[in-house]
Amino acid sequence: MECSFGLTGKDFVLLAADTSAGRSIIQMKDDENKIKALGPHIAMAYGGEAGDTNNFADFVDRNLRLYQIRNHTPLLPAAASAWIRRSLAESLRSRHPYSVNLMLAGFDITDSTSHLYWIDYLGTKAIVPYAAHGLGQYLALSTMDKWWTEGVDKREGIEILKKCVDEVGKRSTLKFKFNCILIDASGIHHINLDSSDPIAEMEQAGKAAEVINPNPPLDVGITA
Amino acid sequence: MNAVLQSLQPPARHTNEDEEDAWGYGNLDQRGGVRGMMVPRVPDPAAFLNLHTDSISSNPAAKIKLAHGTTTLAFRFKGGIIVAVDSRATAGSYIASGTVKKVIEINPYLLGTMAGGAADCQYWETYLGMQCRLHELRNKERISVAAASKILSNIVYQYKGMGLSMGTMICGWDKTGPALFYVDSDGSRLKGDLFSVGSGSTFAYGVLDQGYSYDLSDEEAQELGRRSIIAAGHRDAFSGNTCNLFHVRENGWEFIANYDVNELWYEYEAKKKAGASQAQAQKDEGMAVE
Repeated sequence: MECSFGLTGKDFVLLAADTSAGRSIIQMKDDENKIKALGPHIAMAYGGEAGDTNNFADFVDRNLRLYQIRNHTPLLPAAASAWIRRSLAESLRSRHPYSVNLMLAGFDITDSTSHLYWIDYLGTKAIVPYAAHGLGQYLALSTMDKWWTEGVDKREGIEILKKCVDEVGKRSTLKFKFNCILIDASGIHHINLDSSDPIAEMEQAGKAAEVINPNPPLDVGITA
Repeated sequence: MNAVLQSLQPPARHTNEDEEDAWGYGNLDQRGGVRGMMVPRVPDPAAFLNLHTDSISSNPAAKIKLAHGTTTLAFRFKGGIIVAVDSRATAGSYIASGTVKKVIEINPYLLGTMAGGAADCQYWETYLGMQCRLHELRNKERISVAAASKILSNIVYQYKGMGLSMGTMICGWDKTGPALFYVDSDGSRLKGDLFSVGSGSTFAYGVLDQGYSYDLSDEEAQELGRRSIIAAGHRDAFSGNTCNLFHVRENGWEFIANYDVNELWYEYEAKKKAGASQAQAQKDEGMAVE
């Protein structure tokens, strides 16, 4: 069983996903990264059928990279979400549909807005301020309903996310470890949820907490 | 009459020409599958295989029972990688063989383990060996374990849902040092330090997890791998007979030995009993002195 959360705030987006991987009742790994950075300000948390998940995430990654190479500018979150949704919708009507659910988080640097999209394997796309996939839907959506308010700042956002992770730890028979990232105007950063002040730790770590952009703009001597 | 005859005719087979058109680069088809590798010529190959084999385990009554039960394990430690497997092949409740080689020697630096369908593992890992050799010839350097395991996982992902059944660990030493990947027929590919695969994997994990540390010495690590397979061979009806032990080091893999599971189990039991009675004797002695 999987679990992931997403949450938007005034000038940032948070994504958290569990890190377990295995077959049926056996957990084979407790540190699998299920969040993929797709550009300088965009990332997705994905889950679903084994095999499909990584394959689809790679597919998305490479297509967004191709777009960036062709156009010298990354796809903005809204456009990326539409492209991903359509890929899943087309896949659903093929012989081997991808069974992948995901949450896409991005920060639009052109108008400084945070974006979160909840997308499932059927090609449903919802633009949401906060969301969950897997067990988190049942256990912690109400937590976010209660605590989330318009324009929360980074510290409040992390506190809400911590409440969700704590709730899943309390009410689920499964034990989850979580992997978390924050996207803001300066890029994608790792967040250590176990820290007493994750934001301070992130700011202190500076470059070390940055998630490396998998699709750096190519320096080909042409300026767009 | 003609209509009756026609209905008795076997369905027309594709001719070689139109298959030729469908082929892509080298011996791969356009989708990256392997030329000449056929799936059952029925509308739904998965349903067909499910009906006649127990490969997806949803139909235990199927007439064709593929070799199934297994215990395999591999773990990374400071001295390299230990690979240990049992050697039993079962078809249903029948022990088809007790001398199966479940470690496939892909090349002097790469090992693959075999769990699930014996034929699937043997065929595709041998095929992986060919691809690794071609990589060597094309690039004048050995393939990384990550790349090798990805070749395998990409192939099995192509055949996802068509009845392939394999759970394998690709182990080797490359530029990055010792590396271990778990690849299965779902298309999963996981990098890790410790894996066990097969029906006896739970029992092997039970011993392995409790005894594992990255800083184990070579002897300790080999003993841990051996002991874990013996534990699984004892508890899991579909695993047993003998244990094959391999050690992967910087200069390639080495076959350590083949051990009889039953013999070793009773050896361990005797040692445990001897240890217990010795401890009791010491306790009694201590009390007498007091």
